[in-house]
Amino acid sequence: MKIANKTVTATRLVQDALAKAEFFKSYNIFTSIYEEEALKRAAEIDARIAKGENVGKLAGVPFVAKDNYLVEGTKTTASSHILEPFVAPVTSTVVKQLEDEGAILIGKVNLDSFAHGSSTENSYFGPTLNAYDNTRVAGGSSGGSAVAVALDIVEFATGSDTGGSIRQPASFNGVYGLKPTYGATSRYGVVSMASSLDTDGFFTKTPEDMDLLMSICAKRDEKDLTTLPDFYNETPAKEVKKIGVIKDFDNDSVDPEIRACLKEKCDELAKKGYEIVELDMPTLKHALAVYYIICPAEIASNLSRYDGIRYGLRSDKAVSLDEIYGNTRNEGFMKENKRRIMIGNFVLSSGFYDAYFLKAAKARTLIINEYAKAFEKCDFILTPVAPNPAFKLGEKVNDPIAMYFEDVMSVPINLAGIPGLAIPAGKTESGLPIGLQLLGPRRSDKQLIEFAKELA
Amino acid sequence: MKYIPTIGVECHVQLATKTKLFSEIDNDARGKEPNSCVSPVDYALPGMLPRLNGEAIKFAIRAGRAMNCKINNYSRFDRKHYFYPDSPKGYQITQFYHPIIGEGYVELPSGTKVRVEHAHLEGDAGKLTHFDTYSLVDLNRVDTPLIEIVSMPDIHSAADARDYCKELWRLMTFAGVSYGDLYNGNMRFDVNVSIAPEGSDELGTRTETKNLNSFRSIERAVEYEIKRQTKLLEAGEKVVQETRGWNDATGETTGQRSKEEAKDYRYMPEPDLPPINLTDEFIAEESAKLPLMPADYRAKFNGHLPNDTLEILLDYPQLIAKLAEVDEFAIKKVANWFTSVLLAEENTSLLNDALPSENQLEELVTMTDKNELSSTGAKEVFIKFFDPEMHFKATREIAKELGVIQENDLGALEAIVDAVLAKPETQKAQEDYRNGEQKVIGFLVGQVMKESHGKANPSAVQEILKKKLA
Repeated sequence: MKIANKTVTATRLVQDALAKAEFFKSYNIFTSIYEEEALKRAAEIDARIAKGENVGKLAGVPFVAKDNYLVEGTKTTASSHILEPFVAPVTSTVVKQLEDEGAILIGKVNLDSFAHGSSTENSYFGPTLNAYDNTRVAGGSSGGSAVAVALDIVEFATGSDTGGSIRQPASFNGVYGLKPTYGATSRYGVVSMASSLDTDGFFTKTPEDMDLLMSICAKRDEKDLTTLPDFYNETPAKEVKKIGVIKDFDNDSVDPEIRACLKEKCDELAKKGYEIVELDMPTLKHALAVYYIICPAEIASNLSRYDGIRYGLRSDKAVSLDEIYGNTRNEGFMKENKRRIMIGNFVLSSGFYDAYFLKAAKARTLIINEYAKAFEKCDFILTPVAPNPAFKLGEKVNDPIAMYFEDVMSVPINLAGIPGLAIPAGKTESGLPIGLQLLGPRRSDKQLIEFAKELA
Repeated sequence: MKYIPTIGVECHVQLATKTKLFSEIDNDARGKEPNSCVSPVDYALPGMLPRLNGEAIKFAIRAGRAMNCKINNYSRFDRKHYFYPDSPKGYQITQFYHPIIGEGYVELPSGTKVRVEHAHLEGDAGKLTHFDTYSLVDLNRVDTPLIEIVSMPDIHSAADARDYCKELWRLMTFAGVSYGDLYNGNMRFDVNVSIAPEGSDELGTRTETKNLNSFRSIERAVEYEIKRQTKLLEAGEKVVQETRGWNDATGETTGQRSKEEAKDYRYMPEPDLPPINLTDEFIAEESAKLPLMPADYRAKFNGHLPNDTLEILLDYPQLIAKLAEVDEFAIKKVANWFTSVLLAEENTSLLNDALPSENQLEELVTMTDKNELSSTGAKEVFIKFFDPEMHFKATREIAKELGVIQENDLGALEAIVDAVLAKPETQKAQEDYRNGEQKVIGFLVGQVMKESHGKANPSAVQEILKKKLA
């Protein structure tokens, strides 16, 4: 990535990024742009560079953050109506880590409201368009982040991945997207979706950039007790020999061009001397069902705080306390938010907890074990990210089950807590990007990125 | 028919930790502006995650050990969901499935043992104040650490219910985990009461009377419930399982929420907090920090103090702890000064001040025993111990300054007596005494006392007078 120096100034980099943001306005990428603040910060950085100071590893590099990252003094909407007026008084750990290395936040970008969705069509501010075909979806939920990087507006973007929200839009837009090991990066200051599944990661154009960002951000954070002790920068190099492919995902529900792409990659790898190992992972077929119990349960819980009492939207039609809650939440949440809140409350309710939530939690353990067994047979797993390339705007928006099926190959690893790196792997005949994902055991993030360099 | 009441108690104890359970904000909001002790985490901003206050874990261990409870090596938190403005997150973080404190028991002064089922850690809620057309929320109290102590239904009288609550209060204040200020809600009690015919194996339908915050109201509420339920059953009616509220002014409980209306809290494991794993070593280390408990004091002072004095002193952890420091010969007198002087209504404000040292107290006892101080003089000196101008001075010095040291030198006393007996105004009294009117000796003692400016020891004076007039 282009780092500011004495000849290429931060101001120049930021100006370029802002100009491109304006040029691609019709893609509906941004929820807010911080032109003035970004230029001011660029000038500061240029002044420091001129003085010969070390500004950091990301000196003057413009970036965007998914609009569920809190940044002090800025709106953090989560692309929702209920948080539309909310201005954050604190900054998320990841954004702070990036800014401390000299990166410059030029704006926040669109997502499915509260990250609920796989197309960015659930945004209160309308869908973001696919970078390769503006009649198609950006993918989601981190659609804005993926398109901002794919259109080269910025060098990198932050995203969050609870069930595929980084990897799927990355694959729809032909960029790299990393869902780190659960707990590798801090969740502090990122609007929680499902706490036990949420991970914060990045979109980049190269594996090298991904490595740089992770070397900065994959750190233990005292503000997030679920973060792991530092491991990323101490990860030993790995000699990769065996690549697993999941037989259970090789069927007619997956687009033929994607299956062909995976096969082609495997053949390439085999030619290079890697052993391709076929894996039976029968538990994975339950992953989507398990995910759509645990995830809505945690969503219902995490969204309880948006009640119109302390911040954000409060319905002006409300008089009584019940109306403040009912009207505010009815007006403030999107249809998909409400659907998940209702499913979540149902599976947690007295009398159903054991049958749904508890059972799903047990099945989750089986899925974790299944991956552990798989990694005894191979070093990494290579699978498609989604069953299809970017679909048409509006195609699935009224069919929630079809939309949930988008996540069938991405959610299992969120349940297992393992890392997944979406890599651009080819194009369809009509020119749409195809992404594959490399999966590894917990804490293998750096090794995955290193191996992706070899695949590139 | 005779009915036997069965009572169980749930007690919420606010822990006196420096910071809150899940944030670094000051936990002591006494006298502070509303909403001034609230962090972004307590305020439940988006993306804020709870941290865990290690001090609260240590306090919970101590509290548990004070109740002879097993401390669980593994415990974790759960979310309890409900919508109300006192709950910013929309859920309370509590321990529903795996509490930190396991089974134990509390022994009452009467000897009755009440088993503790478990006790768990959780965050407190905020406070609402209601006005005519609006309500205001104060979140200062949000996520103050609480432990909720759940007893087994081992109590069978209102008096025992009161004694159990009082003993819990003593245990928590002695263990130093709570300020124990009931008036400000540091400890709050819910009582579950049911009655069943004598000899019956089954318990009756229970009611839960919530949020009692004085020992007197606990006793009265339980008495009231027993009477109310007895009346219902005697009239052939049924007790409804419900939550009831206590009205201290009317002395009645009233129905608030029946079982059918009970909320579904949709408990869920708290995904933002890893489980708490405590090693046996850590538990032992914290348990060892527990100071002397009421039972220890009862054993220590058994035979030295009357029971009622001891039980009064057990309401004042600082007094009983001080008493434990004074030498054995001084215990009885010091205890007496504590109960009759310090705890006298006109002196209770002194309780806020630093207590005298054991040296000062022992010296006061010695001087009294030697008749150097009268009981009145000793009391005066005792009160001066709490005077900021005096409290650092030695007992004798204070007594001297007050001029209350009694003249015990017989030679000197004899001289004063002789002087008094030589006075014309005492001649008639001397005559009367010799004629058998013994009570006039009081007048003569008084005269000597006056002559000595109150410093003479009256009993010594009396003895000298008797000899001289014989």
